[in-house]
Order: sequence, then C-alpha cells, then structure tokens
Amino acid sequence: MSFSLKLIWAFISLGVVTVWGLTLTGIVQKVYARVQGRLGPPVWQPFIDIIKNNAKRTAISHGIMFYLGPVFRIAGGIGTYMFIPVLFGSVYFSNFSISGDVLLVMYFIFFGQLGMALGAGEGGHPYSAIAVARGLAQMTAFEVPFALSVISLAIQYGTLNITEIVAAQQGGILNWTLFTNPLAVVAAMVAMLGMNMYNPFSVVIAPQEIPIGPPTEYQASFLGLLATNRGIFNGAKLVLFMNLYFGGATNIPIMIGKTFAIYMFSVFVGVAYPRFRTEQSIRFFLKYPALIGIIAILIWTI
Amino acid sequence: MQEDKSSTQVPPVPEYPDWRKDEHTLTNAGLSLEEQEWFCDARPKAIPKSAAIIEKFFNWCRSHSLWILAFGTGCGAIELRPLLTARYDISRLGMQPRPTPRQASVFMIGGYVSIKTLKRIVRSYEQMQGPKFVVAVCSCAINGGMYWDSYNTVKRIDEYIPVDVYITGCMPRPEAILVGFAKLKELIMAGKAEGQNLYAEKFDWYKANQKQIIKDWNMPDYNW
Repeated sequence: MSFSLKLIWAFISLGVVTVWGLTLTGIVQKVYARVQGRLGPPVWQPFIDIIKNNAKRTAISHGIMFYLGPVFRIAGGIGTYMFIPVLFGSVYFSNFSISGDVLLVMYFIFFGQLGMALGAGEGGHPYSAIAVARGLAQMTAFEVPFALSVISLAIQYGTLNITEIVAAQQGGILNWTLFTNPLAVVAAMVAMLGMNMYNPFSVVIAPQEIPIGPPTEYQASFLGLLATNRGIFNGAKLVLFMNLYFGGATNIPIMIGKTFAIYMFSVFVGVAYPRFRTEQSIRFFLKYPALIGIIAILIWTI
Repeated sequence: MQEDKSSTQVPPVPEYPDWRKDEHTLTNAGLSLEEQEWFCDARPKAIPKSAAIIEKFFNWCRSHSLWILAFGTGCGAIELRPLLTARYDISRLGMQPRPTPRQASVFMIGGYVSIKTLKRIVRSYEQMQGPKFVVAVCSCAINGGMYWDSYNTVKRIDEYIPVDVYITGCMPRPEAILVGFAKLKELIMAGKAEGQNLYAEKFDWYKANQKQIIKDWNMPDYNW
C-alpha cells in the first residue's frame, strides 16, 4: 500500500478510536452514576461538551506555552496511537507499526504529559502547579512497573515490535500473555490503574481537593482539544494493552469488546475504592507492582 | 450631626499616559502604575452570532451542556447540593458543577449580594468565557428580600451584570431551580440568552453602576 493511502487509513482508524474512546468516557460516567444511584448523563454527553467548548465565542491565552500545551497533549495522543497496530492481520488498520514501536509508544505516552505540564504551568493557577507536580511524580512511579512488564515481554517474545508480539499470541486463548506471562500482566494492569487516573490513583484531578487539576485555566477550544485527546489517548492505551497482553484483535467488534473489558477493570476498581494520598500512591507503585515486574523479568531470564 | 464630606468623596482619577485614553482602551485607574502593566486594557466586544443553522445547533449543544459556577453568596446555595444527589440528579440533563469560572457557562448567584461580594461576582463573571448565562436564585438576589433596607446589600443584581433567569422563593425548592434551568434552556435555544453581548454593548453603563457602589475599586476595569 502506498504511503498516502496508508496515511488516509491511519486517520480513518484515528477517527474510529476517537469516537470509541469518547463513548467509553460517556459509559464510565453512566456506570459511576448508576453505582451512586443516579441516572447519569447520556452516553453521548462527552461529544456535546466538546462541541459546546469549541463553540465558545471567546478564549483567553496566557502565553505561547499555554497555547502549545493542548497541542503537545494531542500530538502525544495521536503519536501514541499512530504507531500501534489496531487490528492484527489487517492492512488497513495497522497504522505505522515498525520494529521497536513499543519503545516509541512508551515515549509518546510521556511526551503529552510533559507538554501539558509546561502549558498548565504558564496558566499560573496554583492548582495547576500542584496537580502537575503530583501528576509527573505519579507518572514516574507507574512507569516503573509498566516498563518492567514490557521488558519482561521483550525477553519472552524476543522482539520489541507490537505486531510480532500480537502474532506470537495467536492460536487460542491460552497463548495470550495473560496466561503465558501472568506476572507481567498483573504489574502492567496495576500500572494502568495509575494511567487511567481513577480512584485510588486520582491524585491529579482530585475532586474536592484540587478540582479540575492541571487544566484549571484552560477553557473554550483549548478544553475541547484536551477532551478530544482524552478520547484518543484512552483508546490508544487500551488498544496497546489489548495488543500486548490480551492477544490483540482481528476485527473491530473483538477490539471493542476487549478494550471495553480492559477499561471496565480500572472503572470497577475506581468506583469501589477511595483515593490514595500522593505519597501513598507513589510508594504503592514502587513497592508491589514493581516487585512483581522484577520477578516477571527474573522468571524469563533464569 | 454634621457629616464629614471629605471622607466619603471619591478621590479624583489620576492622570495616565495618553495612549490609554482612546475609546478602545481602559484606564485601569484603580491599579497602581506597576500593576497596570500586568492586566489587559482592552474592552470587551460584542461578538456576532454564527449563521442561523449553525447557531441553532450550537445553542442546542450549549443548552444541553450547562456547566455551573455556583457562587454561594447566601442561603440559596444550599439548594444546589440536593440537585446533585440521586433524588434530583442534574447530571442527567448534562449539567455539572464546575469549580473554575474559566470553564463554566452558567453563573448561579445563590442569595443576597453584599457590596463586598459584588466585587467578586463582577470578577468571576468577567473571567467566564462567552456565551455565558446568569441565574439569580432567591428573592434576596431579585429585590434585596429581607435585606431591603440594608446598607450594604445590593437590591437589583441586573444593574451590575446581565441576568437571564430569576428564580423566586425564600428559598426556592430544588424543583423550582430545575424549572428555572428549564426556562434558561428555552431562552438559550431561542437565541435570547445574549447576556455576554449585552454586557459588552452596555459596558460603560454597567461599569458606572459597579463603580458607583464599589468604592475601593482596586482591580482592572475588565477582568480578562
């Protein structure tokens, strides 16, 4: 397939994952509401919010970095997604998967957050600064078990290419990493709880404490961009986890089913637990999941 | 008893460089010279609507995604909490409380407005991004209520910021507030909730009213 055609298909799949990621956000709001005995907003509420924010007539910028913050964030989201093959064996939905793409994707997950930290810092609101400090600290902590888990996978499959990792898991449910390397999956799933920032790891947004968190000063289309990125980033992370640990997907319905199940894991943990304090959260990640990740590596090296 | 007139007199507006004195810039005379550099001195502008069909769609979205900045000035603020609970649950209407004025679209003033509070109300209102709507709850926000002849309570809030919907009662029940929000939705969908543009068009009138009552004006003339 020519490069331009590949690019077109990559953007089509980006559209699919954006819509799915935002719908998931809507479903999560509904689940939270039902657990609290409320009706909750409609599933399509995130879409209405994004349109409304983009339709605002005025917007305030606090400077160049403030302006670039959401741009970096969405570049991080799209960058993460562009190097993850979505459907195994599909020519159209394999994006730009290359050898060593798992390292690139891990880097891109970091990139958006750093850009956002600079942008939110220029906003000048104290809550932004507190939340950025918390967010970067927690992100550094949950990257440890996640990186250990990916290293364990690299040793197990002898590759850093996501497509090859998915290919190695084909041929039955027992070939999934979930069953061949369960310790790495446990470490990575706990790291994902931190990534998705639901309770008990919701120290960044932290309602009742530092409400809204980093985007306190962001409004109008800046906020619309950030909300769109949330959909893309959610989708990209879930597709990555599905590929690395749950055997990938060969068609869209399977992809939707698996990513939904993976996401609901962090949502169910989220509705059931209260929030950690920041230092508790960081210590937690550096203790048990990191230890499990190290054991997962040792098993495959020895 | 003879009143000491010298203490109540407003000090004269100090002279500032000429480039601030055309009709498009604000003087920010309440600030010191150093502080004036920190704040924007542009006036708000009335922003025209989009094309009819697009504006109608946008208005539908706006009315189904009302983010509330609750300004709990008085006892009426207590009525907002039940709205969030399972019994009334405003989130099913697409509404949610928003703790920052930057992201909110509905400004809910919950009760009597003292002169000290009015200053904060003006600041918060001006920091909101348009289109923005104001809902005044309780009779105190409408005509002063039981504070009718109080020396430091504002009687009519819509002389200082444009108000879209008033909700009467002392205090109104959550059902009444829901009806008020339904009315606000109607106004938005009909394209009649243009408080932001009204504020920009009648900016001088609103500013004069505000400055008449707020004596210690130590903030910029327009809070961007």
